[in-house]
Amino acid sequence: MLRIIAGLETQSAGRIVQNGRDISALPPASRDYGIVFQSYALFPNLTVTGNVGYGLVNRRMSRADVRARVTELLKLVGLPGSEPKYPSQLSGGQQQRIALARALATSPGLLLLDEPLSALDALERVRLRGEIRGLQKKVGVTTIMVTHDQEEALSMADRVVVMNKGELEQVGTPREIYEQPASPFVADFVGRINVLDAVTVGPGEYRSGRLALKANGATYQTGSRVRLYLRPEDRVVEGSLDGEANRVRGQIAKVEFLGGHCLAEVQVPELEGQPLSVFFSLNQIRELGIREGAALELALRPDRIRVFSK
Amino acid sequence: MSAVLPAPAAARFRVSDFVARGLLILAGIGLALFLVAPMASIFERAVQDNQGNFVGLRHFATYFATPALARSVWNSVWVSLAVAAVTVPVAFLFAYALTRSCMPYKGLLRLIALIPLLAPSLLPAIAFIQWFGNQGMAKGLMQSLGIASVYGAPGIILSEVFNCFPHALMILIAALALADGRLYEAADALGTRRLRRFFTITLPGCKYGLLSAFTVVFTYTISDFGAPKVIGGNFNVLAVDVFKQVVGQFNFSIGAVVGLLLLVPSVFAFAVDWVVRRRLTANLSARSVPYAPKPRGVFDRLMLSYCALVCLLLLAVLGMAVYTSLIQLWPYNLTLTLKHYRYALIDGDFAPAFWNSLKLGAWTALIGTVFVFSTAYLLEKTRGLGPLRPLLRLLALLSMAVPGLVLGLGYIMFFNHPQNPLNFLYQTMAILAISTVVHYYTSGHLTAVTALKSLDDEYEAVSASLKVPFYKTFWRVTVPVCLPAILEIARYYFVVSISTLSCVVFLYAPHTILAAVAIMNMDEAGDIGPAAALGTLTVLASAIVCFLYALIAGILLSRSQRWRFNVEKP
Repeated sequence: MLRIIAGLETQSAGRIVQNGRDISALPPASRDYGIVFQSYALFPNLTVTGNVGYGLVNRRMSRADVRARVTELLKLVGLPGSEPKYPSQLSGGQQQRIALARALATSPGLLLLDEPLSALDALERVRLRGEIRGLQKKVGVTTIMVTHDQEEALSMADRVVVMNKGELEQVGTPREIYEQPASPFVADFVGRINVLDAVTVGPGEYRSGRLALKANGATYQTGSRVRLYLRPEDRVVEGSLDGEANRVRGQIAKVEFLGGHCLAEVQVPELEGQPLSVFFSLNQIRELGIREGAALELALRPDRIRVFSK
Repeated sequence: MSAVLPAPAAARFRVSDFVARGLLILAGIGLALFLVAPMASIFERAVQDNQGNFVGLRHFATYFATPALARSVWNSVWVSLAVAAVTVPVAFLFAYALTRSCMPYKGLLRLIALIPLLAPSLLPAIAFIQWFGNQGMAKGLMQSLGIASVYGAPGIILSEVFNCFPHALMILIAALALADGRLYEAADALGTRRLRRFFTITLPGCKYGLLSAFTVVFTYTISDFGAPKVIGGNFNVLAVDVFKQVVGQFNFSIGAVVGLLLLVPSVFAFAVDWVVRRRLTANLSARSVPYAPKPRGVFDRLMLSYCALVCLLLLAVLGMAVYTSLIQLWPYNLTLTLKHYRYALIDGDFAPAFWNSLKLGAWTALIGTVFVFSTAYLLEKTRGLGPLRPLLRLLALLSMAVPGLVLGLGYIMFFNHPQNPLNFLYQTMAILAISTVVHYYTSGHLTAVTALKSLDDEYEAVSASLKVPFYKTFWRVTVPVCLPAILEIARYYFVVSISTLSCVVFLYAPHTILAAVAIMNMDEAGDIGPAAALGTLTVLASAIVCFLYALIAGILLSRSQRWRFNVEKP
């Protein structure tokens, strides 16, 4: 997809329009974008100046202007003073920022990022996530970034496009994607989720195992087989559960410690062997006495259950 | 469709795309003209009579009906098999010593072992005549071993073993170096004995290398023309038959038939090598640990003495050629003299030969390197022209499968044709340079492709996004980064050009005569001294070029390639 936008591959059908201009058939060089590849593709034999100024030299800019622009860009990406260095003298994160500076040098109308963070280690990745986002806001350039890291997508994007095997699954804000996944794939792909097999028994009413559950949203024909999708945090456990729909009782089978919170696997007899994963904060663990073997009563929020036909 | 508003820059960059395609098409035309067309004329000529009428397979029938000619087929085959059967084990043991032992002086031994690459294939034949010929120094020794005369099969076999040894050695070193150290550790942990380890791990690990070495030696021998011409005596082989038919009897049709026969083993070997190469690369996974030999006193000493002996024999061959060039007249007058050098370079009929060869070397190094590298770049890094690319790649590899003699024959048939507009090339230095570039195309092509493949695929995409045309990136990034490979191609072209014989033997004119051809002619005229002198000079020139290459490569690497070493990664 990114390579099609960049003109490196040809689409089998459809048009690409950028800013009202049809660029479907244009070669890469006639399109208006800057690109950062996964491998960065920095020219190893050129210095940082040579790399960042690569596209500028060709535009009949004077040497001094090029140098000034390079300095400005390096300051922008937070690497002032690295002009005489070679790419091999820089760390992965620094190389990445140089690649970014090179892509931005010609002030393109569109910035394409092809998994720019995947070659870095986890800590560096989280740090650069914020930096790229900040930089992008500062420059104000429309940016398309490809990533396989769902967390990265949710944390950085204004709009997320979820794709599956070349097919578009959903377009929306990160919250929409997370809270209202448009398809089972999106629900599964972004974050953890419980999946329960169920049968429709009436409008908004379903039965999974021997458990009757209510869910808002789309209605399905009575008797049709469906799947209920529920995030581990979409439950009520504290205070009084009186008046709450979808109350279930179960026993905690195991508790998985994940740092700031825990994931408890709850066995509900009525669900007939389908375990339920539920998030608890560490405080809740303490206050509610969550431990293996403990009994637990909770309510599943009907407004959060997503139903898809099976 | 919304309005298409091409940016002003668009036209220009479409031009750059156009340029890339145009150049690639030109390269395709070049290979078609100088490789495919000459080969096609051989096929055509083999089924025509001298008046150009179609005669079907009559020439083939004539050829096989002539007992003397048909015997050449068998001679060529068994001699080539014998050479392969000797060379491969000898080279294997040498390669094994270099890669699997801790003997000292590995670098020096390897260097000496590669010396035959620098010599024209005629030179060892001359040396062996001096050693074992009618007035040879060690003729008695040879006869006591039951070989009556060195002229014929024994001489050819000895000379070709000398010529082929470094080729086989390089392949086998590469194959043995691919070993995975973990397998050996596993075997040791299981308490495997050395011999069993050798037969269960080492030998299977390099079976493709062995196969490849065997076919390369076989092909080299069957298509080599220099050694059998000098030392073959009345022992006929295919390569000499082609020469005799064409140069001696002007019988182009029979020449074409023999040329096609020569093509059969080459194409077969090419196919084997192609399959082997694919397996070879798959052999070693990224997680393999290179095998590191441990010192073993007795074994290392045995290996050292073996390698020293082989090197000594190689040097004895070369040394005899050098000695012959420096003495008055073997075996009557052994006083040292430079008169043969004087004759070969200044006084003799073939005085321009050495300088022509140097000129040819320089030209092929220049044209060949530019053409080979640019074509490889266009093939690997530009886009468009889908169907042309695999075809060009195939041609680039196929040139290896065509013996030089056959290519040269194709060139006379194609370019000497009076109606060919390229007829003006005939008898010029240009045609010698072009034929040499095409003949040795494959090796340079593979070097270039390997270097280009190690570059990031996205350089061209990045420069396109920065609106820099591809040729600027080629010049500013690709060429500097690939400079070591480019120099390597140039060195290779120079060295093979100044000792090449088979491809140019049909194509030279009196004023473009080359060193190897002059050696052959002087040997025929009995001027062994000048022939040896010219051969020695060729070796010397090649050695100097190799030395210069090492020097320049070293300086370049330390200067313009500074970025390679300045790695201070955290």
